[in-house]
Amino acid sequence: MTTVIKAENVTKSFTMQYHRSLKQIVLAKARGQKTHEYFNAVDDVSFTVEAGESVGVMGLNGSGKSTLLKTISGVMQPDSGQVLTRGRVAGLIATGAGFQPQLTGRDNLWLNAAILGMSEAETKRKLDEIIDFADLGKFIDTPVTYYSSGMKARLGFAVAINVESDVFIADEALAVGDRPFKRKCKQRMREIRENGTTIFFVSHSPGAVKQLCDRVLVLEKGKLGFDGEVQEGIHYLHYDEGDDGDDDEGFGKDD
Amino acid sequence: MSADVAPTPQAPGEEVPPLQPAAANSGLLEVFRRRYLLKLLVRSTIQARYQGTFLGWFWSYLQPFVRFLMFYFIFQVLIGRGGSMENFAIHLVAGLVIVHFFTETFNGGTKSLVSNRGLIIKLPVPRELFPVATMLVSLYHSIPMVVIMLVACLTLGWAPDPMGLVAGLLAFAIIAVLGLALALIFSVANVYFRDFGKVTQTLTQFTTFSVPMIYPFSMVAERFEKLPWVADVYLLNPVAEAVLLTQRCFWIGTNSDPEAAALEHLPADLYSRGVIMLVISLGLLVVSQLWFSKLERRVPERL
Repeated sequence: MTTVIKAENVTKSFTMQYHRSLKQIVLAKARGQKTHEYFNAVDDVSFTVEAGESVGVMGLNGSGKSTLLKTISGVMQPDSGQVLTRGRVAGLIATGAGFQPQLTGRDNLWLNAAILGMSEAETKRKLDEIIDFADLGKFIDTPVTYYSSGMKARLGFAVAINVESDVFIADEALAVGDRPFKRKCKQRMREIRENGTTIFFVSHSPGAVKQLCDRVLVLEKGKLGFDGEVQEGIHYLHYDEGDDGDDDEGFGKDD
Repeated sequence: MSADVAPTPQAPGEEVPPLQPAAANSGLLEVFRRRYLLKLLVRSTIQARYQGTFLGWFWSYLQPFVRFLMFYFIFQVLIGRGGSMENFAIHLVAGLVIVHFFTETFNGGTKSLVSNRGLIIKLPVPRELFPVATMLVSLYHSIPMVVIMLVACLTLGWAPDPMGLVAGLLAFAIIAVLGLALALIFSVANVYFRDFGKVTQTLTQFTTFSVPMIYPFSMVAERFEKLPWVADVYLLNPVAEAVLLTQRCFWIGTNSDPEAAALEHLPADLYSRGVIMLVISLGLLVVSQLWFSKLERRVPERL
């Protein structure tokens, strides 16, 4: 089996205060305080993902999931260790980032597709599919500044979910919007899964992870606390306890 | 995991891509590789400028024209700086085009990473893309002024000559490369210390007065006749050199005696200086790329 993601001793640390002015630094030194404080958002994390696997990443807020995903997508570089990936890594991260408000939905579609790595020919080929999926009707030719948040989300989603990637990553809900749109998203995610695309996504929803993934990574304060079976992982995180009703992000066929 | 999962979506017989670092970035080469994205980014920036206005691109012509009229009135008519020079207005506009191109690239480029913060911290894009896009947008915005100048020159009986064209292209090449190099250096520095935006603004204040735009180069040579090194130092400014080259291209030909004008108002070794400046600018570009690559690792968290 080909390895598509390989993380080796990945560590990423952040400073808590970047822009200290000269006055602040002098005062801090005079008072004997530290001028900069560091913390490890991701601490010595190692794992490999083979082609075709579907991996969920879970963890409490602040455990380093998004940072880890950023090292995998290529936005950030690890301070030590390395992250290797094979092929195109793209998906549902920051859908709608890079939207220029003055441009129409259509122009933003082209721009967003290019940002995600699609070539002109690819975009042209998938144009109808994307416009169909977004379901904006005539509004596709209106400047995005007039869109509702739902419309922006739908457009961003439509582009991101139609990028043909070798590794599909997601750092947000896999389905947004109203019921019909959510249904479309879930259908599309199932298609992606059935196609054999490697899936690697961050989730707070045990339901989604259970239904889409065969493996789960659990992060705890930056460290990899668990790597293995989905049910065990969810239990490790105590996400199967509590009676406040599970979320609604199920991925069953009848959801 | 089910045993009969279909293989990853690749055409049969296609080579499997190599396993490589996720954040691999070959700098300006990467920008060239993603030139389709660059094209779209430049286009959307240009479109966005006059979106919502009624007159649209008309303003790109109106503003430079008004600026030209103002300068001409003050310096030619009021102060009489133009004095013995023919077509001082063209001399001025030639300088204005270059100064404008340079300052827009430098200022805009410095801010480019910070203003695209939303995109950079979330999606993987080669960061050199933004200063390059800024330079190309500034280049595009120089076109209206060049058009105005061309029309004015042609009306005055000017005809393009090959050496002049070489001079003009050399001038733009110098500023494009130099502007990009400075934009690369300052844009990443600006991410670490926002002071650099202000530093750039202060530096570009000097540009208008350190080039032979509102006064001819001959004035500098004359004033400091006893100290010839002053003129040499003056000519070390690549922007001044570019302005002189542009004047060679457009203004000299509009004089009734081009050769005399060239002798009086242009330095003797104009072309060789120009080529040297271009080479230095290219060298600076290489340095700026190395500087950028070194510092851009920490850009996402610093934004």
